[in-house]
Amino acid sequence: MSSLSRDDVAKLAGLARIEMSEEELVNLSNEFTVILDAVARVQEVAGADVEPTSHPLPLRNVFRADVVVPSLTPEEALSGAPAQEEQRFRVPQILGEE
Amino acid sequence: MIRNSASEMAAKLAAGETTSVALTQAHLDRITAVDADVHAFLYVDTEGALAQAAAVDAKRAKGEKLSPLAGVPLALKDVMAQKGVPTTCGSKILEGWRPPYDSTVVANLKKNDVVILGKTNMDEFAMGSSTENSAYGPTHNPWDLTRIPGGSGGGSSAALAAFEAPLAIGTDTGGSIRQPAAVTGTVGVKPTYGGVSRFGLVAFSSSLDQAGPCARTVLDTALLHEAIAGHDPKDATSINAPVPQVVAAAKSGDVKGMKIGVVKELNGDGYQPGVRARFEESLELLAKAGAEIVEVSAPNFEYALAAYYLIAPSECSSNLARFDAMRYGLRVGDVDGASAESVMNLTREVGFGKEVKRRIILGTYALSSGYYDAYYGSAQKVRTLITQDFTKAFEKADVLVSPTCPTTAFKIGEKANDPLAMYLNDIATIPVNMAGIGGMSLPSGLADEDGLPVGFQIMSPVMKDERMYSVGAALEAALLSKWGAPLLDKAPVLGGAR
Repeated sequence: MSSLSRDDVAKLAGLARIEMSEEELVNLSNEFTVILDAVARVQEVAGADVEPTSHPLPLRNVFRADVVVPSLTPEEALSGAPAQEEQRFRVPQILGEE
Repeated sequence: MIRNSASEMAAKLAAGETTSVALTQAHLDRITAVDADVHAFLYVDTEGALAQAAAVDAKRAKGEKLSPLAGVPLALKDVMAQKGVPTTCGSKILEGWRPPYDSTVVANLKKNDVVILGKTNMDEFAMGSSTENSAYGPTHNPWDLTRIPGGSGGGSSAALAAFEAPLAIGTDTGGSIRQPAAVTGTVGVKPTYGGVSRFGLVAFSSSLDQAGPCARTVLDTALLHEAIAGHDPKDATSINAPVPQVVAAAKSGDVKGMKIGVVKELNGDGYQPGVRARFEESLELLAKAGAEIVEVSAPNFEYALAAYYLIAPSECSSNLARFDAMRYGLRVGDVDGASAESVMNLTREVGFGKEVKRRIILGTYALSSGYYDAYYGSAQKVRTLITQDFTKAFEKADVLVSPTCPTTAFKIGEKANDPLAMYLNDIATIPVNMAGIGGMSLPSGLADEDGLPVGFQIMSPVMKDERMYSVGAALEAALLSKWGAPLLDKAPVLGGAR
């Protein structure tokens, strides 16, 4: 039986950049015991001889001609910005203090 | 007028019997009258729709050559970017966002002069089968307001069934067009993957997502299909080939000599008796219309649901990383000295709902080192096996058929706390997305035990979408002559006058 502990879920939530309450962590941990059992069934038929499919179309790289086409104006690109300054996205501090 | 099909409306417009402004206003009035009960719309663009309608009327007055659906109104699923119009995907994280560009589907609709009435409700980021996962409250099924209208495109299907719009756009990642169509007695098509551009469709699971047409008749669905389909350089996965001739197929509805394969595994235990009865009845009608019914087997379909709930969450955990509170959408906790990381964490906690978080965490797990091969890798292998099952089945039959869903519409709240029970709704629709083929759901009648609509699913090979339209049109005609009137005439009266 597969399962995820409360601490496992907390680690995944950290990787996925989602703050979670203690209650959410415990609930998800309980739900995952059931969900992982159900999805683990894929292992029953996934033999070493079966090729994986990542995409329905057999595509290689798709290129277009290297020509300039109209794009968004700075005003349009910034129109949904939570904060902006001097025609740029203003974001919270990314690097540490030192 | 609002109970007409889109093609009847288009004919009246062409004949000068009505105007697009009058037709659009009639639908806006209908929305005002019934949408407090149905809640199909998240945003009604009254001004924009009437302006678009007036522009079409002016073009027509000048004698310009117009497209077949010019002037006919449409409801747009809120997952599609429309320039300047709020686009939320049913999520708090995008509340108030107005895209600075049009999706290709919207651009195509505008090019065809289809009037966009507004944006329809959906499960958050299209994750769900009931529209209960919308951050803005559930949509109600016009057949019974205490029941779900399907999901994720429940707003679009309910708008059609409530006569708030004759046409709608949906998107289908695991059944989000077909299952809502089935439980509301409407028609919905998931085209071949790559048949309709995904540019401007907010991504959930990129290898599975496909936009498609929804309507009340097979012909209307085909007309909308041709209006939105075609190659788009802005979508690298868009197929560069002529659009299948779906309108011609829907008009002819000829199934003589066609082989129709019944998928053995998509029936039987777990399917409601009324669903099975309507399915058998439809098979008999298709046989009478000249089709040959054969049985096919797809032994790996039983693993499709498990594989889907690894592949879709994996892709979603990556796709939804873009909602990082930096460039658009919600930003929470941006106080002096707060780090970007803490702002992201807090924003995503508040902005995402329960099901979205559940799937992001599941996907993050399935892709994490040490578990990748066992989960995501195995699921990709199952995808190969399912595609092989389809290839073999299509050697024996021109199209495949099954019930669209195992049950009719369930009660709002009934499955909200049981994710696995909810996921089972999509058991018959998911294989189509895994293989990237086409799928249609059309109404096959009402289940005897509860009087609710049942859907009939038709699946066609890659870029042979016209086949499902031929079969759909044949079945629709046979059922209509059996019933004597469209199925939706049996739906209860909403908001007073019909």
